[in-house]
Amino acid sequence: MGLFANELPYGVLSWTIFLPLGGAFLILLFSSDRMARWIALVFTLIDFCLALPLWYRFDPSKIGFQFVEIREWLPILGLRYAVGVDGISMPLVLLTALLSPICVLCSWHQIEHRVRSFMFCLLLMETSMIGVFSALDFVLFYLFWEGMLIPMYLLIAVWGGPRRDYASLKFFIYTLVGSVFLLLGIIALYFKQGTFFIPEVLFRPYEERFQLLVFLAFATAFAIKVPMFPFHTWLPAAHVEAPTAGSVFLASILLKMGSYGFLRFCLGITPKASLTMAPWILMLSIIAIIYAGFLCLGQEDMKRLIAYSSVSHMGFVTLGIFTFTLWGLKGAMLQMLNHGVTTGALFLCVGILYERTHSRLISDNSGLGKVMPLFVAFFGVFCFSSFAFPGTNNFVGELFVLLGAFEKDKTLGLFLLPGPVLAAAYMLRLLKRTVWKEGEVSPLWDLNAREVFYLLPLLVAVLWVGFCPGKLVEVMEPALMELLKNVKSMS
Amino acid sequence: MWVLMPEFFLIGCFTFYFVLSLSRVPWRIRPLSKGLALLAFFLTLITFGEQGEFFSGALKVDTFTQVFKAICAFGFFLVFCLLKPEGEDHEEGYLHELYGFLTLSLLGLMVLVSAEDLLSLFIALELSSYCLYVILPLRKGGYLGSVEGSLKYVFFGAVCSALALYGMGYLYALSGTTKLGALVVEGGLFSSLGLLLFSVAFFFKLSLFPFHFWAPDVYQGASNSVAAFIASVPKVAALAVLLKIIGLFPQESKGLKDALWVIAVLSMTFGNLAALVQKDLKRLMAYSGIAHGGYVVLGLLEPGIEAKVAVSFYALVYLLMTLGVFLVLVGVSEKGKDVLIEDLSGLYSRSPLFAFTLAVSAFSLIGIPPTGGFMGKLFLFVVAYKAGHKLLVLIALVNTVLSLFYYLNMVRLAYSKESLGPRSPLVLSTLDKVLCLTVSGLLLLLGVFPSPWTDFLYKVAV
Repeated sequence: MGLFANELPYGVLSWTIFLPLGGAFLILLFSSDRMARWIALVFTLIDFCLALPLWYRFDPSKIGFQFVEIREWLPILGLRYAVGVDGISMPLVLLTALLSPICVLCSWHQIEHRVRSFMFCLLLMETSMIGVFSALDFVLFYLFWEGMLIPMYLLIAVWGGPRRDYASLKFFIYTLVGSVFLLLGIIALYFKQGTFFIPEVLFRPYEERFQLLVFLAFATAFAIKVPMFPFHTWLPAAHVEAPTAGSVFLASILLKMGSYGFLRFCLGITPKASLTMAPWILMLSIIAIIYAGFLCLGQEDMKRLIAYSSVSHMGFVTLGIFTFTLWGLKGAMLQMLNHGVTTGALFLCVGILYERTHSRLISDNSGLGKVMPLFVAFFGVFCFSSFAFPGTNNFVGELFVLLGAFEKDKTLGLFLLPGPVLAAAYMLRLLKRTVWKEGEVSPLWDLNAREVFYLLPLLVAVLWVGFCPGKLVEVMEPALMELLKNVKSMS
Repeated sequence: MWVLMPEFFLIGCFTFYFVLSLSRVPWRIRPLSKGLALLAFFLTLITFGEQGEFFSGALKVDTFTQVFKAICAFGFFLVFCLLKPEGEDHEEGYLHELYGFLTLSLLGLMVLVSAEDLLSLFIALELSSYCLYVILPLRKGGYLGSVEGSLKYVFFGAVCSALALYGMGYLYALSGTTKLGALVVEGGLFSSLGLLLFSVAFFFKLSLFPFHFWAPDVYQGASNSVAAFIASVPKVAALAVLLKIIGLFPQESKGLKDALWVIAVLSMTFGNLAALVQKDLKRLMAYSGIAHGGYVVLGLLEPGIEAKVAVSFYALVYLLMTLGVFLVLVGVSEKGKDVLIEDLSGLYSRSPLFAFTLAVSAFSLIGIPPTGGFMGKLFLFVVAYKAGHKLLVLIALVNTVLSLFYYLNMVRLAYSKESLGPRSPLVLSTLDKVLCLTVSGLLLLLGVFPSPWTDFLYKVAV
């Protein structure tokens, strides 16, 4: 597996990772809330611009990691500061960089107290999330993985809703339990291979028993993060209580860390064990898709509904990964990105409504078509996207996953079919009840320029991936093919 | 003799306090005492790098012991900064004694760290302990608990010292010398027993199960600042001595290591389980100390340079994170009273800086990156795993999860709960702010850039 050095005049990944951190500390120097908001916005926007070369200068034909930077960090333990991206992680880094300014914008007026600390946490989150996707050293990876935990915990615990205490604690405990297993796996690998450097650990012929143990350790951590059934119960609680920006980060990025872990580490390090355990994962994924779909049908709280729909969508991702087909892997990757865009946008919409009506219940937010036409236009597209309407991004992703599932096994594909149907049922129910209502509707003000400004990029992304996914698939296909080839040859 | 400068300086300080206490001059010596403590710390830094043997080999100072001396002196200085304004947490008339005996206790610990002879070791050990026995009842407010704690401390201390003396007796009988370096320990039953008994005194200091019974009561009985001292500085010194003792372990004796293994498991598990149900913050810290004693034993199972580095790294981190919590504890406590965990609720709105310090210290105690606690634990785990104790690492990881609940609870109360009843915002003095930033800054620094410090330790430990 090749490592290609960063050829740009600046360390593009390091800058992208640590610029938000710099912004965070800059915020501490000023005492005004206004200043904090602007600093956060400017830094996240610059960060997005800094990350753009990752897209333009990325060469899909190269197999391995690109934009690699390696420095000594803690030589005694063999720790290195090593970052780099490939076709799997690069789109995720860009997604994070895209969503961060949006999260700052959506909190502009929603967060009124302790604004500085809030923006500090947001920027800290961005640093650690980008770090997770680009770390090439296991301890560095773990550092970012856990570093994200504390600001997220605080986002829920300090700025959350009425049951924030319960939700934040549950989130923290679930995630940390998973992380401990992750650490165990990392230490075990270190002694097997004598290094924390990820490219030197991938695709090595470990014996079967060792693979199985490491797989179990990793899979526990990632399954909790995804979250897969039956570890999903922390998610609705956390989503409902978190402020909008927290929900967006949680749904769009944090959950992807779990599926990214499956893709990168479970498949890459323990291919044999992954194949052995695949039936179980497939079964859990199908349960998640269908069970969470039914749960969605009965929800009254919009955020809770979208949270459960996340569980269902992430089921598609894990299912796609563990079909071990190219269609499945491509579909899973696409679904990771699509879910990030669509669900993030849906949470933003709920946040917008909450700012106006101070309620997240569907019944308190009905008849919006009469008073907020612009909002309904956006909301409608995102809802359609969420149940994979043709022409939207999710359609492409779910189609690929379905193709993968049918390629692997016909019955598996049949089991999967109720998923999209259920999705259509619950999303249309949500849409119908919020848009239409008989009788008078109390007047609400429609979207303002700021809100349109941050919803627009997501709308563009939905349609872009929906109509021409070719470019995106082109970027990740070689990496996925290489991964699949290695998995097949190793097992 | 220049290298013993810090010790002589401490004797001088003690004499100074002693004379003051005789004259009963109501001097406001608090700022001065801080200055002296800082000076002691600087002296350990200035004399750094020089070596020597003194008193016909009873004391041997090398760079590694100097690191521990410096850590102890740093902790001592931090504790002196924690002492509340005159008369708030200690009887006013005994302030000079308090300062004097604390100084003397530090002296004992410093000598302990560099002692190379069983006799000097024992004397230093007793010196450091006896001073603390005396200080404990000086707490203001007529707490029955402080007398109880003191008595328990004396009794347990006496029994453990006696056991250690037995052990020393065996060791002397077997090898005919009292010099640590010359002790030849064969793999027989008596030598193992001797070494184990000898170690008991330090297990006691480190409050390892089953020598931990004193800790909760002593912590609770002691005034907050004295508890901070007991919780941090003597443990660092005990670790230094234990590092020497494990170097004496004969290679072939598995029994000793098994004993340590069992002690580690019991300490971690018991400490964490008991901490889960605590209501008093100091008691909680006592159990947390027991659990951390267990973790650090992971690094003591296999002598070697890496073990030395791991343990000394952890010693500093442990000192910092414990004192971080105590810093907040002392700040929150009203008129030096005990602090319940509930009293932390709403801390974020009362003082964001305290809440931040508490959060960093608590996350470090759990062992979450990017704090020093994570790097420290990683080091210990790697050392233990390398030595083949995989099960032990697994148990330690499970314990980490257990400990999560009570540490996180402190942070949770501070950040997501409203304070019980109306509480005024806490006003932090400049010194408090500096301390908070120093402690949390150092913890984060050790978590993100550990390499300068570990490189240094590595160089020194070779």
